Amino acid sequence: MAKAASSKTESHGLADAFPEERIVELYRTEVLARVMDERCLTLQRQGRIGFYVPLAGQEAAQVGSGYALDPSDWIFPAYRELGLALVRGVPVKSLIDQFVGNSADLTKGRQMPNHYAFREQRFVSASSPIGTQITQAVGAAMAAKKRKDPIVTITFFGDGATSSNDFHAGLNFAGVFAAPTIFFCQNNGWAISLPREKQTLSRTLAEKADAYGLPGVVVDGNDVRAVYRAVREARARALAGDGPTLIEAQVYRFGPHSTSDDPSRYRAEEAVRKAREHDPVVLLQSELIRTGILTKDSDAKIWEELKAEVARAIEAAEKTPAMEPLSFFDDVFAQPTPALEEQKASFEQLVREGVLRP
Amino acid sequence: MTELTLVQAVNRGLRVALSSDPDVLILGEDVGVNGGVFRATEGLQKEFGPDRVIDTPLSETGIVGTAIGMALYGLKPVAEIQFMDFIYPAFDQIVSELAKMRYRSGGQYPCHVVVRTPYGGGIRGGLYHSQSTEAYFAHTAGLKVVIPSNPADAKGLLLTAIHDEDPVIFLEPKRIYRSVTGEVADGDYRVPFGKATVVIEGTDVSLFAYGAMVPPTVEAAQTLLSEGISAEVVDLRTLVPLDEKAILASVEKTGRAVVVHEAARFCGFGGELSAILAEKAFYSLKAPITRVTGYDTPFPYALENSYLPNPARIAHAARTAARTQ
Ligand SMILES: Cc1ncc(C[n+]2csc(CCOP(=O)(O)OP(=O)(O)O)c2C)c(N)n1
Ligand SMILES: [Mg+2]
Repeated sequence: MAKAASSKTESHGLADAFPEERIVELYRTEVLARVMDERCLTLQRQGRIGFYVPLAGQEAAQVGSGYALDPSDWIFPAYRELGLALVRGVPVKSLIDQFVGNSADLTKGRQMPNHYAFREQRFVSASSPIGTQITQAVGAAMAAKKRKDPIVTITFFGDGATSSNDFHAGLNFAGVFAAPTIFFCQNNGWAISLPREKQTLSRTLAEKADAYGLPGVVVDGNDVRAVYRAVREARARALAGDGPTLIEAQVYRFGPHSTSDDPSRYRAEEAVRKAREHDPVVLLQSELIRTGILTKDSDAKIWEELKAEVARAIEAAEKTPAMEPLSFFDDVFAQPTPALEEQKASFEQLVREGVLRP
Repeated sequence: MTELTLVQAVNRGLRVALSSDPDVLILGEDVGVNGGVFRATEGLQKEFGPDRVIDTPLSETGIVGTAIGMALYGLKPVAEIQFMDFIYPAFDQIVSELAKMRYRSGGQYPCHVVVRTPYGGGIRGGLYHSQSTEAYFAHTAGLKVVIPSNPADAKGLLLTAIHDEDPVIFLEPKRIYRSVTGEVADGDYRVPFGKATVVIEGTDVSLFAYGAMVPPTVEAAQTLLSEGISAEVVDLRTLVPLDEKAILASVEKTGRAVVVHEAARFCGFGGELSAILAEKAFYSLKAPITRVTGYDTPFPYALENSYLPNPARIAHAARTAARTQ
């Protein structure tokens, strides 16, 4: 068992260097996430989607961690992980289908926007209850270990989730069973209106790992390379049989908690303005232009292309037919019970008689 | 009297309790600075301070467990669970502890906590911001379960809950938080538990509803009236204790019963109500008891209007019953 260290992991020398040749690809993914975020907030305001959870400020944390994973690794996300879904190659249209809840939505119109499930991308179904995915990621890691599969699981959650039952149980189990898992906490400073310092008296969230005998690492979540390296390192440890790591990526939630939230009730715009000085997308953009990897023109082209791609996906998603009205009776069980069949039939009957409009 | 929405009435009720009794306090997520995600506690922290309107860390078991400790010590905590869908981390504290404290201590440790929580669908909340799981709590001995359907009852029942001697699960119909307004008595207004109200009197069929299902049930009754069917609408108000007398009296008069709730059908509260009617009003019945409920599926997002009982479905069931002689 690795000695507990609140600010550093032991280096296994297994983590490879940051793939500089892919930096523009990472940047593009961050930009795509930002573009989608802005468009989706507008769609929600226009009533074209019912709800939206923005991720602005968390792009580098998600893109850096996402790129550090192998496609075979399993992800147990919360609801703010749009950027991560993009890294995994989920098509933009698939994401918009889910927001719209149309007949192409893989969650079949059953979940609120942002609560995705993409089995093909090993992106496990997200729910709203906070923290519940944490223990599940540990269990999947225990299962992978039992089968000797060379993969890790990673779970994403917020600062607020560190107060949940599952955070405690998850870190404890993972430590005891040396589960090959990564706890990736995006500390965005807020749990709706509750500031980070009122969530826990702990100085950092990473130091909570100490109590469970695991390494805990704090990383600047606006620095895509730092995030990448921290996750690579944790992944290498996990695969080497040395168990889990807790990573605290320090970021800032630029937008409201969700489109139902009004942050002016509890935080000063000044704090947001300050945080935006470290906007991860802008930081990487200026660096790439400064170092000549991109020019102002080639950068502008990236934004334009991605905006057009998102616009096309929205158009296509809005043209996709609505969800079939009786579909909500499906998937309760593998085979419907007789009682459910009866309820579905009675619903159909009411539609036939004109009592209900489907 | 003041004209208020349901959520404002909750707010006024809390305010009256906080001003009249120094032992009352509120705790929950986002209830203080933010005034609650539905604004039920708006302005209360400013007025009564952060020691009496407490923003907690994100832990429902923490909220209810500490509320139990406070209650054992003599305070009157009102815990808010942000959505009923998020009550389950506290289920153990509610079911194993809160409900049983008085009983298991032989009456030495009564434990009075009010757990307020918004419930129900119709707000595009999907699986986890829409559920109506009152049956779990009504099934647990030792918990009172209260569900107001209008602003006056919201305030009056809440103040009764806060001054009751037993734990109360207080379910607020968030779908009609702002859509219904009504005159609400000022000051310390109380509505007793265990007293159903007859919202509309009728002679042909009894429609039983509570919470957010009362307005569509009333609408159904109005439609039926224009067809010459006289439906009686009974608002149960409290599921535990249940006003059996009022329920039986209504069915003895009409001979027909339709039970409405948005919770799933199987083992929903309608099952209990139907059993009571079958046991105690059997000889008055002229038609089978019917239930109009949510379906036995999780709560769907895009198709929530198909899932939820609406006036058309309620009227259809009542019509069918009324035509049975
Ligand atoms: C068990 C539970 N309680 C309450 C909520 C309501 N709620 C939704 S998000 C949230 C705050 C979460 O904060 P954090 O974990 O920091 O994640 P973030 O939203 O900042 O990404 C709360 C209280 C919930 N979803 N689940
Ligand atoms: Mg947060």
